[in-house]
Amino acid sequence: MTDHILRMSGITKTFPGVKALQDVTLSVRRGEIHAICGENGAGKSTLMKVLSGVYPHGTYEGEIHFDGERGEFGGIRDSERAGIVIIHQELALSPQLSIAENIFLGNERARRGFIDWNRTNYEAAQLMARVGLRENPTTVVSDIGVGKQQLVEIAKALSKEVKLLILDEPTAALNDDDSAHLLDLLRGLRDEGITCVIISHKLNEVTAIADSVTIIRDGRTIETLDMATDAVTEDRIISGMVGRALDNRYPPHEPTIGAEVLRIEDWTVHSPSQPGRKVVDGAALTLRRGEIVGLAGLMGAGRTELAMSLFGRTYGVNISGRVFKDGKPIEIRTVQDAIRHGIAYATEDRKRYGLNLIEDIKRNVSAAALSGLSRRGWVDEHEEYAVAQRFHKSMNIKAPSVSSVVGKLSGGNQQKVVLSKWILTEPDVLILDEPTRGIDVGAKYEIYTIINRLADEGRAVLVISSELPELLGLCDRIYTLSEGRITGEVPRREATQERLMHLMTKGQE
Amino acid sequence: MTTLSLGGGRAVPARYVPVLVTGCLFVAMFVVGGIRYEGFASGQVVLNVFIDNAFLLVVAVGMTFVILTGGIDLSVGSVVALSTMISASLMAGPGWPPYVVVPLVLLVGSGLGLLMGWLVHAFDIQPFIVTLAGMFLARGLCYTIGTESIPIEDATFTAFAQTRIDLFADLWISPSVVIAAVVVLAAAYVLHYTRLGRAVYATGGSEQSALLMGLPVGRTKVAVYTISGFCSALGGVLLSFYMLSGYGLHAVGMELDAIAAVVIGGTLLTGGTGFLFGTVLGVLVLGLIQTILSFEGTLSSWWTKIFIGLLLFAFILLQRLFSARRRP
Repeated sequence: MTDHILRMSGITKTFPGVKALQDVTLSVRRGEIHAICGENGAGKSTLMKVLSGVYPHGTYEGEIHFDGERGEFGGIRDSERAGIVIIHQELALSPQLSIAENIFLGNERARRGFIDWNRTNYEAAQLMARVGLRENPTTVVSDIGVGKQQLVEIAKALSKEVKLLILDEPTAALNDDDSAHLLDLLRGLRDEGITCVIISHKLNEVTAIADSVTIIRDGRTIETLDMATDAVTEDRIISGMVGRALDNRYPPHEPTIGAEVLRIEDWTVHSPSQPGRKVVDGAALTLRRGEIVGLAGLMGAGRTELAMSLFGRTYGVNISGRVFKDGKPIEIRTVQDAIRHGIAYATEDRKRYGLNLIEDIKRNVSAAALSGLSRRGWVDEHEEYAVAQRFHKSMNIKAPSVSSVVGKLSGGNQQKVVLSKWILTEPDVLILDEPTRGIDVGAKYEIYTIINRLADEGRAVLVISSELPELLGLCDRIYTLSEGRITGEVPRREATQERLMHLMTKGQE
Repeated sequence: MTTLSLGGGRAVPARYVPVLVTGCLFVAMFVVGGIRYEGFASGQVVLNVFIDNAFLLVVAVGMTFVILTGGIDLSVGSVVALSTMISASLMAGPGWPPYVVVPLVLLVGSGLGLLMGWLVHAFDIQPFIVTLAGMFLARGLCYTIGTESIPIEDATFTAFAQTRIDLFADLWISPSVVIAAVVVLAAAYVLHYTRLGRAVYATGGSEQSALLMGLPVGRTKVAVYTISGFCSALGGVLLSFYMLSGYGLHAVGMELDAIAAVVIGGTLLTGGTGFLFGTVLGVLVLGLIQTILSFEGTLSSWWTKIFIGLLLFAFILLQRLFSARRRP
């Protein structure tokens, strides 16, 4: 019988209104590298949060057996004491402290209440040697690159005598050299007997390193494949990840496609936190009137970054490239410029960036187009009210009145307010980032209908979405983005989930 | 929950509740005072609160703008003192006429506000630090002008300061009250009917979303500190009417009174919600506490601070309850 270090069975986790995990099973053998694959939102991270005690025992159903004992973790401390360490995609290091201090943070090497610095730095140096990090233990963490910070995290995990190391998208922010080094390190740890679970979108890495793969889709375990016995290819994993049929959740739409309205060429954006890293790399896009274009990409591919850098440089540094509006080159330096050139961007994080939640509907609707509603600085409140009333009706916003506070509306109705706000600026190009995130099915259909109507009015719509079926059901043409580069452009007729997923997981050659 | 029912099924939107509570508090204090003390329940007592606190009211108006954007202005008390000092010294020394001095003072105050607003915006520094520096700077400048109190003896200035504007039935107010009322009305108009006002609320509601809506967040921030600087300078002029002197120790701690008035008036310190009318009520409540204590006669004036302290606790708790309900 195989020795399983971890067995999770029947895990069901419900959030208000959503079943994030449903009867999930995960078995990890001792000393293997186990990959978990699934689309964005499939439930991978939720599962790892259940395992590590972020969602404490009792808030989910099901059982966890870890290392021969029942795992009933009340918090991260409990799971760490049992030997489970999770390294999140966003690294959890304290940037102004040294490498050694970070490694022993919360676990200080102390004698009679005072920190023993010699021992701290000596033991840190030993751990750093184990993970192949050649730096001085007293170097401040913010002075080393992300790749090395990742190694600090692993050294920190080793200092806690980890038995099961979980890495969430460990290579998403790394360049090729750092990724290769990290994968080698994981193999080394496996040989030392440490079990690893990695969550990754990069299927080439998964096939290269994992001993087995569990595929999760829509909050359920689909299958667990053994790399040695099953002939596992990237295709095999992809079909497991996407395998579901499209039904008629999308209103029918016959596009009337007109002239080109927006074109970007050679668009390159650098990360503001790591100025050397290109988040968007030489991207080119063309949008035409009346057309709904999709932008597909996995998390971290640079979709939002592309959109926001285009929308008045609200993201990124060192932005270069050319933008053409109706064939003429334009410069967009601020959000006001973008609005003036007829570009609108509805953000993926509606609550934080898209709305003023403590204000009412009419003030949110008018916010981006106030100049059109006012004369010499004075807002025409009657006009504002009339405009808000019009959208209240035409967008079917379910609220008692236009004076209702936006924060109290449902997600779907909030999104309608966001769309109303942008439609009021009379845009030629609408960039909609995850327009149906956190919206229930009925409201989604309404949003799709609105998007179709916007296209029929002769506007170009760019839809960014993590849900491939949504893009396939809605868009006339789909671009795929991977690691900041446009890896494909597929017309609706030729698009399938498998084909898009291939393009989206295509690494740099 | 969008609304809070009060008695007979009448519903009041949640955003008006803090103002309403302050209003009720004011009325309750007035009624209690009227029952306890002879001669308290007269119109002139209320008007005296206005007369004695006109300068605080003007300063608190400026503070309301800043706090609505989610900022804070600690420099107002010092700018008030500096304004009294500049006015007094220019009128006493070179004997400049008030109609030159007053505009100059207003210009200096606005200029200081503009500078602080620009620092907050351009270098993205916390307003607390910038205006703390401004507070020390302005207070220090007072002493470079003089360390002693300088009396104001300009005939026009004193005559204006001592003017009584008679209302009906023996009631009267000072010109400062009229000026403060004009400032309040103008500010209320700007906040509720102009694009600047919208940008103020939107910036305080969520700065990032305001940026992504294309609102001029930077310009708005600079504007509110300039307005606060102007209001402080005007408050200083009104204080010199009241004191008829300039002194580096005038208005010590007034920034905190202004902040207290704004918070008691129901404006959230995190910005985005609040009404100017609430600030007016806040100033009135503070003033009425002082009046009650003076009627009481035996209590030391430090009791004012104790009551303000307790009130602030109560209001901050109240705000906490509301914001907790808003973000479940």
